[in-house]
Amino acid sequence: MAGVRTPRETWTNRTAIFAVFVALVIMLTPIYWIAATAFKPRNLATTIPPTVAFTPEVSPFVKLFTKRSQLREQPTQEEYDAAPWWEKMVFDGGEKVVRNRKTGEVRSSGYGDRFKNSLIVSIISTLVAVSMGTLTAYGFSRFKVKGEDDWLFFILSTRMLPPVVVAIPMFLMYRVVGLNDTHMGLIILYTAFNLSFAVWIMKGFIDEIPKEYEEAALVDGYTRMQAFFKVVLPEALTGMAATAVLCFITAWNEYAFALIMTNRNAQTAPPYIPSQVGSGLPDWTVIAAGTLLFLIPVAIFTFLLRNHLLRGMSFGAIRK
Amino acid sequence: MADIALEGISKKFGPNTALRGVDIDIKDGEFFVLLGQTGAGKTTTLRVIAGLEKPDTGRVMIEGQDATNWNAAERDVALVLQQYSLYPRLTVRGNLEFPLKSKTQNFTPEEINERVERAAETLQITRLLDRKVERLSGGEMQRVSIGRAIVRNPRVFLMDEPLSALDANLRDVLRVELKKLHHDLGATFVFVTHDQVEAMSMGDKIGVMNKGKLVQVGTPDEIYSKPLNTFVARSVGTPPMNLLDGKLEGDVAVIEAGGHRLPVNEPTAKDGQAVCFGIRPEDVVIAPDAPAKGRVFDVENHGVIKILTIEAGGEHIHATVSAQMKIGIDDPVNFGWKPEKVLFFDPQTGLNLGLS
Repeated sequence: MAGVRTPRETWTNRTAIFAVFVALVIMLTPIYWIAATAFKPRNLATTIPPTVAFTPEVSPFVKLFTKRSQLREQPTQEEYDAAPWWEKMVFDGGEKVVRNRKTGEVRSSGYGDRFKNSLIVSIISTLVAVSMGTLTAYGFSRFKVKGEDDWLFFILSTRMLPPVVVAIPMFLMYRVVGLNDTHMGLIILYTAFNLSFAVWIMKGFIDEIPKEYEEAALVDGYTRMQAFFKVVLPEALTGMAATAVLCFITAWNEYAFALIMTNRNAQTAPPYIPSQVGSGLPDWTVIAAGTLLFLIPVAIFTFLLRNHLLRGMSFGAIRK
Repeated sequence: MADIALEGISKKFGPNTALRGVDIDIKDGEFFVLLGQTGAGKTTTLRVIAGLEKPDTGRVMIEGQDATNWNAAERDVALVLQQYSLYPRLTVRGNLEFPLKSKTQNFTPEEINERVERAAETLQITRLLDRKVERLSGGEMQRVSIGRAIVRNPRVFLMDEPLSALDANLRDVLRVELKKLHHDLGATFVFVTHDQVEAMSMGDKIGVMNKGKLVQVGTPDEIYSKPLNTFVARSVGTPPMNLLDGKLEGDVAVIEAGGHRLPVNEPTAKDGQAVCFGIRPEDVVIAPDAPAKGRVFDVENHGVIKILTIEAGGEHIHATVSAQMKIGIDDPVNFGWKPEKVLFFDPQTGLNLGLS
């Protein structure tokens, strides 16, 4: 009878649910740890065994965005009363917020700028890599290219050595052309890095789109370019979304090149966050807060594209 | 409307030769069928006409103008394919509008609407207009596909096996409709098929293709009764024409297998020449006084007719007889043929000796 589960099926089902549960716990524990630490008071961050019950506070986030220095002497009661709520938190932690001597403005830590740099570099390099990758893949897929397999292998071969190997030569070249510590420099680097990947994934997707669709459009009076945009692109969107997520994650998380190639203007968040460890005693709550915020864009991006991603990963772009 | 001429078209795909010097003349308003097996070059020929393939050599003439270098859009042709012929993600209306919205066309929204409605009416798909194409049945899809071809009122309709993916009943219905459409529009149709029934029933002219060459062009009657060679002879007719090796002795055909002696009229071969005799199954006569003897190997009842497979001297010979005839497997049978219907082919080249 349909719809009735045999005992065996029920058992399989329960095992599956249990396996998923275990996998979830393993994967989510670090994220929980980061999130919990980001809201802990500093003195509870590194206790062993870990503190589970605590009153959450936002001071790590305040500290994350402000430049601070150690308090030499306690603030006067007047100073303390005059301070806004968030500045009081910094005082409570034994630090004070650094202000501009003349204007009295609060000086920022630079995390916001690093975060913005990360967004600029990752978004632009992803857009460029995916669009160039799609066009290249279309070319390889639809036209006879002399030595097609060799070219594709060559494109892939750019990913065959660990990127760090070329970090020093790249650094020297970038210094000559003045691309060090610029957004453009990182964008070019990440685009080049992701392009081979984008070409290969998109080639798979475009190969799956029957060429009859475009040919119908060509016969119907459209140019090759119009046919590409009107007919191929809507079909390839799923693949482009999947590719974009993967490119974005790669660019967003990239650490080594960002560390070597940038320091002030174009530095992204990954090299910045651990750099906080080095100054004075490490404040793990601040590092956790920075990491937690850093996770959000990827999560949002992936969530927005989740439907495409699911279909994209299973590589069934077209219903045949 | 337009006539089309292909002059010495050849096309290679890498090491494979798809077309070898194809010449075709298609008259304005003609329903021209390209018939052939898979790989014969029919589809390539159609794509060359459409402008989707560039020939290696030869010229494509449309209305007397050299169109070899025109792209697909400039040729003003419409294409209907066996599958994947509709744009996914669009509604039926979206698909019908698509060709009218190209930049080469200048239609007002009212004109577009009117043409879409008219095409939908012609093909009886008005009720489907706002449906997504993913939710159509195979037959509906092909109707929409034909609709997308007719909205633009093109000079030429190119159809690549448009009915092959449909089930038999629907195929019969659409075959009649296509024929009517051709009659109503008066446009030139080029129709590719591997189905000889489609070719015979629809075409004004049939071009039989084999291995990248156009073997014979003619009306269905000519193709059927005056095939140029044994290949054409066997590519139309169900079951195909019987071909029997033998020798001509005056007015008598001596069949190699079984040594049967059967009379012929006005032989086109020389006396004593080795000949391959061709006879259509409906021209094989079963009668008690017929000269040749055989045994019934198989009987297929088709309702109106029966198809007999007769074994005689190791050869299988097909014959169509009335379904009323009472005959069973392994029955002995006497058979002959209509002497005036026998065709004479050269056993080496396969050429019809009556036409050269």
